Amino acid sequence: MATVAGHIETRPSESDVIEAEAQVEVMSQRQLIWRRFRRHRLAMAATAVVIAFYLVVIFADFLATNDPFDDDANRGYTPPQGIRLLDGWIPRPHVCARVGARDEFFRKVYVKDCEQKVPLSFFAKGYEYELFGIKFDRHIIGIADPGDDPENPQTAEALISILGSDEQGRDLWSRMMRATRLSLLIGLLGIIVSLVMGTVLGAVSGYAGGIVDNLIQRSIEIIRSIPTVPLYLGLAAAFPADWSVEQRFFAITVVVSLFAWTELARVTRGRFLAMRSEDFVTAAVVAGASRKRIIFRHMLPSFYSHIIAASTLALAFMIINETVLSFLGLGLQAPAISYGVLLFNAQNLQSIALAPWLLLPGVPVVLLVLSLNFMGDGIRDAADPYGS
Amino acid sequence: MLAFFIRRAVYAVIAMWAVSVISFIIINLPAGDYVTTYIATQRDAGNIILAEEAENLRIFYGLNQPIYVQYWKWIVRILTGDLGFSFEFNLPVSDVIAQNLAPTVALALAAVVFIWVVGIPIGIYSAVKQYSPGDYIATFFGFLGLGIPDFLIALVIAYMAFELTGVLLVGLFSQEYATAPWSLGKVLDLLRHMIVPTIILGTAGTATLIRITRANLLDELKKPYVTTARAKGLSEWRMIMKYPVRMALNPAISLTAYILPFLISSSVVLSVVLDLPTVGRDFIRALLAQDIYLSGAIILGSGWLTIIGTLFSDMLLAWADPRIRLEES
Repeated sequence: MATVAGHIETRPSESDVIEAEAQVEVMSQRQLIWRRFRRHRLAMAATAVVIAFYLVVIFADFLATNDPFDDDANRGYTPPQGIRLLDGWIPRPHVCARVGARDEFFRKVYVKDCEQKVPLSFFAKGYEYELFGIKFDRHIIGIADPGDDPENPQTAEALISILGSDEQGRDLWSRMMRATRLSLLIGLLGIIVSLVMGTVLGAVSGYAGGIVDNLIQRSIEIIRSIPTVPLYLGLAAAFPADWSVEQRFFAITVVVSLFAWTELARVTRGRFLAMRSEDFVTAAVVAGASRKRIIFRHMLPSFYSHIIAASTLALAFMIINETVLSFLGLGLQAPAISYGVLLFNAQNLQSIALAPWLLLPGVPVVLLVLSLNFMGDGIRDAADPYGS
Repeated sequence: MLAFFIRRAVYAVIAMWAVSVISFIIINLPAGDYVTTYIATQRDAGNIILAEEAENLRIFYGLNQPIYVQYWKWIVRILTGDLGFSFEFNLPVSDVIAQNLAPTVALALAAVVFIWVVGIPIGIYSAVKQYSPGDYIATFFGFLGLGIPDFLIALVIAYMAFELTGVLLVGLFSQEYATAPWSLGKVLDLLRHMIVPTIILGTAGTATLIRITRANLLDELKKPYVTTARAKGLSEWRMIMKYPVRMALNPAISLTAYILPFLISSSVVLSVVLDLPTVGRDFIRALLAQDIYLSGAIILGSGWLTIIGTLFSDMLLAWADPRIRLEES
């Protein structure tokens, strides 16, 4: 506490500063960290983005406009279409119909025909899905139920595809929603695996010291000195081709977390070592606290924010790795949908030149990875509220 | 110094052994052994392998012996220069790797040079002019470079280049030079094609180096010896270059070893996107075809190279910074 008080006293001593100081004096560790983190604007914004992504994980099907597996070669490579909320000045959401045509090379192209409007409605009926075990068929937006409006052009051309479609005519927006779910779940599962490995090994290493510590540290050094991508790729390529989607999913999760735990172990060990000689730990030992109580009650609370920061950064690392693996065709494979699987379609320049919107799944990857990085940096800065 | 060197060298040998075990495990993971695959490919090619011959092959590779004997036979063969046979290319593995080794090394070296030439000056500028618009721009690009996967940068740049110029930016040579013998024209053509891959390959490393140089220099600039140097009347520029920059560069040296695994990793991915004739591209092809001897050799080779590189940079660091070698011993 002395550090905080000293820090504040260097400022001009006004009455509100003294008041703030008095408040800080009684704040808990958690409040202090939160107070510091909140000041980090960029980290706050990044946290909001990350939360939004996890909301997409839960509500992926609700946010999708089409069945992500519904293919139809007749509408392959449909370009993105903007949703218009106003028809003239009347609020009536709609999209312009797409009419198939041939260009001078007899390639299929789509022409926007704004004379033909496809009316949309919010909470429209669509494919059935399950959320929290209950069946739903409502989606955030979709083609309006034709109902009894005879002038409604409810034809095969009436299709909503916000971000366009892939070669097989599957809706990219809806597939991206599903991809968010899978890619983020892989990251989350991977974090749990590496968190357990990293903190346990790091704690053992830091608490035991001696030969055990030396052995674990050297292994970590070796693992860190190996180029990861060739190894990942080698392991991923060794999976039998006849594995199911689920088996592949878990195997990939294990592979991506196999190397991510080292950083977590390093952070945990470093903190343990630094704290072992702190006065409050000695005080707890003298007071007769058990080893378990010292670790969980006295030591852990003062560095769990460091672990959260390291896991946030590791999560970004895992999401990139899954994307790279699947992009190369060695990670998840269709019918699974992840960011990497979607980007696999954008692997050659010819198809990007034809349908540049296939690159769009890269946008959430970049956004998410940057946000996780900013968030992690923010937490790391705030993790030590007594520092300067 | 000698004790330090020996200890590091022992670690490196242990690490190389560990990498060889991992590579061996990966080679043995796919179903079916080498000889079975060999017989199958030969049969596809129309050659009949006699049972006796197959048996001889099995004995040669020690396939009916315990796994550690197989490992021993394998590592001895590797160390004597026999890397095995690539089914996918129908060539000895060493020949496949040798084919594209030159462009691979050239690209990696170019990327390292790029990282140093761009990263360090920007890092110094960012630290000296902290919170200036230039610093903010550098920090922002640093974050972007770290956050965006290389293959996405490559895809976007290649797409933009195609949109702007109508040229598909792939390969390392233009068509007219692809099979031509080496000449000044071919070298210039190669250099022209290497610019974009080098920049993409160097992005993540440059971003890291900017961050590290900036952070270290900021720490150094606060130290009393900087004030002393200023008080003695040294010009600001000379003072910065002479003392704090030299201190801040030490971690940058160790970073170069740390960058090496990243460089190898991202060149693999980049080669696929930009269709570069590198070992990385062959590696992906080998993996997709489960051509285990080629992929195993590449995993082993890149691992060993990294370990040797780390050892080398440790030595360099100990030589450059007496504090490190004193602390270690």
